[in-house]
Amino acid sequence: MAGAITVFSKEDAKRPKHNTEQRGIQWLLIGIALLFIGLVVVLPLVSVFVEAFRKGAGMYFKALVEPDALSALKLTLIIALIAVPVNTVFGVAAAWAISKFSFKGKNFLITLIDLPFAVSPVIAGLVYILLFGAQGYLGPWLGEQGIQIVFAIPGIVLATIFVTVPFVARELIPLMQAQGVQEEEAAASLGARGWSIFWKVTLPNIKWGLLYGIILSNARAMGEFGAVSVVSGHIRGQTNTLPLHVEILYNEYQFSAAFAVASLLVMLAVLTLIVKAIVEWKSSSSH
Amino acid sequence: MKGSKNRRVLPGFGLSLGFTLFYISLIVLIPLAGIFFKTFELTWAEFWSAVTNPRVLASYRISFSTALWAGLINAVFGLLVAWVLVRYRFPGKKIIDSLVDIPFALPTAVAGIALTTIYSKTGWIGSLLDPLGIKIAYTQAGITIALIFIGLPFVVRTVQPVLQDLDKETEDAAATLGSYRLRTFRKVILPALMPALLTGFALAFARGIGEYGSVVFISGNMPLKTEIAPLLIMTKLEQYDYAGATAIASVMLIISFILLLIINLLQWHMQRRAVSK
Repeated sequence: MAGAITVFSKEDAKRPKHNTEQRGIQWLLIGIALLFIGLVVVLPLVSVFVEAFRKGAGMYFKALVEPDALSALKLTLIIALIAVPVNTVFGVAAAWAISKFSFKGKNFLITLIDLPFAVSPVIAGLVYILLFGAQGYLGPWLGEQGIQIVFAIPGIVLATIFVTVPFVARELIPLMQAQGVQEEEAAASLGARGWSIFWKVTLPNIKWGLLYGIILSNARAMGEFGAVSVVSGHIRGQTNTLPLHVEILYNEYQFSAAFAVASLLVMLAVLTLIVKAIVEWKSSSSH
Repeated sequence: MKGSKNRRVLPGFGLSLGFTLFYISLIVLIPLAGIFFKTFELTWAEFWSAVTNPRVLASYRISFSTALWAGLINAVFGLLVAWVLVRYRFPGKKIIDSLVDIPFALPTAVAGIALTTIYSKTGWIGSLLDPLGIKIAYTQAGITIALIFIGLPFVVRTVQPVLQDLDKETEDAAATLGSYRLRTFRKVILPALMPALLTGFALAFARGIGEYGSVVFISGNMPLKTEIAPLLIMTKLEQYDYAGATAIASVMLIISFILLLIINLLQWHMQRRAVSK
């Protein structure tokens, strides 16, 4: 869905003249589409930077190097460093099982993997409160052992893992299904062992799709707000991630600082899309 | 082709499937089951009063109606954007195509504060509309705008590939037979795009119902007026009313499951049609 790799056909030019819209109507439709994208997507992006620099570049950089901002940045990086690799391993394993073998209930399994996409992020946070909170099923016992999960970093990591479960798997499943099993079977019949089939045959074929899945789940892991907000407890300098830090600054009417930190997240989003464009270009030129 | 003999040729079936099932159970299924276990601790009367309280009912209504409007607006404009991107050539097309994915990649809280600033009374658009007596921020219109932002890529990215593969010969035939362009669109193109358009709409709608980060800032969060269901769960949690929060969550989860089922049926239908071509 998110990763539909699109290749534009050049046949438009060759189509019969009578069966396309008049030039004027084409430009009208293009104009409406551009206006819509400009209003809905571009304007918010631009406004983040305008608001961030409203009080000057000095204030902008001050907001970024402030200790609470730095600790939020550090926590955000740590969380992504745990959640993304774990879900990458899961995504590859799930895609291997689903695309290389046939078994009953496969469609049901794909639906289960999609489930976190359909669940509200607030509910994703709530489930861990119910499990590990002070009044939760496991909370009292964990408390006796001196282990705190919610309102602490482990809870934030778990909630982030929950919301990013589908990304890598969803990117790889259609790709590996389209590639089929012939190459792997050929390698196996030549005597290659399991892991070497994966590393030498499968991985080179899926590397670009895998990379895109990883950066997409990274963007979501670093940017998740609702789920993390429920389990974080909002302790400044300790359990605040970048998006939560943005919220706190905004609610304290420190708008320029809030938008300065937000601009980091905009850059992350733009970087994600640039990598996506490179991946699409690489994968279409390798075909 | 993909018979059970693959299982003998390729290794790793047991390991990969076993790990997948274990992981999904541990991370997704068992935690989600906790919602229903907690709900079952309530008596029926307690559950019913928790989920039909006027404030709760209002929050469902607000979440539903704003997600519905945003989904409909995205269905129209998303189709237009996909059409323009697939069928026409114009400078900057690649950039516009990339920009469609911004809502996927941008953290929702950032979208929330940016949209609130733009549509507030002193903002770029809010200050233009305010003299006309139109208020966007802190109203349901504001929530709808946030959900339009969130839902746009779902519609465009579902319709785009189908439009790309659409058999242009049928269109050409319709045109050769003297059909007007608009009629060809209505009778030939739109029916072919319908399953994709519905899927995109359903995805955007499902996402809209559960959306939190982009909405909390622009909604103003007034009970009965601009309080969405996910925010009400959050409020109940902050008041340590875990049972109340869980009851609302269980109703939302069931709605999500039903939507997911509908989406999967639509996608299955689309795949089958693509294969039969």
